[in-house]
Amino acid sequence: MNLLLALLIGVLYAAGIYMIMRRSFVKVIIGLIFLGHAANLLIFTIGRLTKGSPAFVPMDGILLEPFADPLPQALILTAIVIGFGVQAFAIVLFKKAYQTVGTDDLDEMKSTDELK
Amino acid sequence: MIIVLPIILPLAFAIIMLFAWKIPKYHKYINLTGSILLLIVAVILLNDILTDKISTYQMGNWTAPFGISLVADYLSTVMVLISAIIFVATSVYSIATIDSDRVKFGYFPLLQTLMMGINGSFLTGDVFNLYVWFEVMLISSFVLLALGGKKEQLEGAIKYVTLNLLSSALFLAAVGILYGLTGTLNMADLAVKITAVDKRIVNVVSMLFLVAFGIKAAIFPLFFWLPASYHTPHSAVSAIFAGLLTKVGVYALMRVFTLIFIQDVNFTHYIILILSGFTMLVGVLGAAAQYDFRRILSFHIISQIGYMIMGLGLFSPLAIAGGVFYLIHHIIVKTNLFFVSGVIKNIRGTYDLKKLGGIYKLYPIFGLLFLIPALSLAGIPPLSGFWAKFTVIKAGLELNEYTIVIVSLIVGLLTLYSMTKIWNEVFWKDETDEIKEKKRFSELEISKRIFMLSPIIVLAIITVIIGLYAEPFFEFATETSKQLLNKNIYINAVLKR
Repeated sequence: MNLLLALLIGVLYAAGIYMIMRRSFVKVIIGLIFLGHAANLLIFTIGRLTKGSPAFVPMDGILLEPFADPLPQALILTAIVIGFGVQAFAIVLFKKAYQTVGTDDLDEMKSTDELK
Repeated sequence: MIIVLPIILPLAFAIIMLFAWKIPKYHKYINLTGSILLLIVAVILLNDILTDKISTYQMGNWTAPFGISLVADYLSTVMVLISAIIFVATSVYSIATIDSDRVKFGYFPLLQTLMMGINGSFLTGDVFNLYVWFEVMLISSFVLLALGGKKEQLEGAIKYVTLNLLSSALFLAAVGILYGLTGTLNMADLAVKITAVDKRIVNVVSMLFLVAFGIKAAIFPLFFWLPASYHTPHSAVSAIFAGLLTKVGVYALMRVFTLIFIQDVNFTHYIILILSGFTMLVGVLGAAAQYDFRRILSFHIISQIGYMIMGLGLFSPLAIAGGVFYLIHHIIVKTNLFFVSGVIKNIRGTYDLKKLGGIYKLYPIFGLLFLIPALSLAGIPPLSGFWAKFTVIKAGLELNEYTIVIVSLIVGLLTLYSMTKIWNEVFWKDETDEIKEKKRFSELEISKRIFMLSPIIVLAIITVIIGLYAEPFFEFATETSKQLLNKNIYINAVLKR
């Protein structure tokens, strides 16, 4: 399972970085979403995967090893919520930019970098 | 308890303004009240910290490594105070310059949430919480940057948003790996537990942090979003951004590279030192080619970031003190220069150096007001920038790092060149023909003139005071540096040992 997730994270990072280097708006957004998910899965995996063990101390107070760590899930949940909001904003911004500038090609968006 | 107020207060005022959404004409006064209260809180906090040295608060009363700690040490407190000063200045300046459309779309509530994010980043003692505050700050800055919806604003915003989201993803991954290595997120606890981890893995994680914070602080070679976006929004927005946002990145670098990643200083801090040299040089050379008032200033932000990072990279008590002093001086000076550019835009309608001219002939005192921050930025004695540069360069000489010292001296000279260029083009040369019919300053309403100029005058006075009466500021910076370099102070205060 660890190996599988590690490969998946690697693929997501590679795909995300490839996508944000594309010229089209939509692909850049997809790339950002991939990168966000890759980071979330990374936290999930690196927080040590355990199967079928409780996350909290049972009533009798004896903790069974290995116990599941609930913190990575809490972190991911926060990160997902934040990522969702930020990505929603990015989509609206890109749409507005498409309407105003009249292109979805990032290579044509260089008026702020050109020397005047 | 007072530590929480710099975060709660902006939130409360943002909510008040959301309730007053339908009466936007009162927003500016509510906002001004909020900013002044924040300044008062910051002063009280500094007063407390000067006696207590360091103060902590555990959110929800969870004991230290488990809950989220808020920590106010010298560095955090002085950053909160300077931010509050800049916030008041921006609020006053905004009253005169912000148009009613921007106010209707929530300009002032966004300023408050921006301040909440900034103060949260300064005060938190938890790495993941730092990520959350960064996002609060970023989302407010995204909207503020795009507010107005002009073509170049949206273009700039796209570059800014994409690169900052990339940096957030990297930061999140780095936090995750750090948690996997140590099993904790509390910075003080991390500082203790990281010593047991293999140094080589720690170095890899530290580089991830360097890249993530480096994008936010706009260091070489990660700064490209800054000159592409900072000259596009309203002048009040670019002033507060220029003063505060990149400095949050510098603060984060100073925090983690003095508290957590100090196992292998010869490797990590040497990389920071090399990057600082390139940051200074590339920033100042980029500015030399520009002919837009705000773009020149934007490139200078980058080169000045280099000096602060140089202080961190040299990693001696004097160097860190110089870095902290530089941080204090730079925030005030840079915001002021952007205010000046905004005033000129308001009367002349352009930022283009080639079209401007003749300001000194018409308004000699205003010319002087530009010269104070401009010469301070270049490091002319006896203004604040001189002492800041002097300290980091002296620290470099003490450590025999001659290359970086030479680079920083050259950069100082080139900064003076850029400031002279602005002076010659905007103030000194005769008015160009097409600008002659443009508005005069006296045509603006009196209240507008007062609100526009008073922040510039006050910030210029602060610059002169820091320059002429540098001793207490320098002493404070030295104390800050001592506290940063002795990580046990931080650890013991947070973990209550």
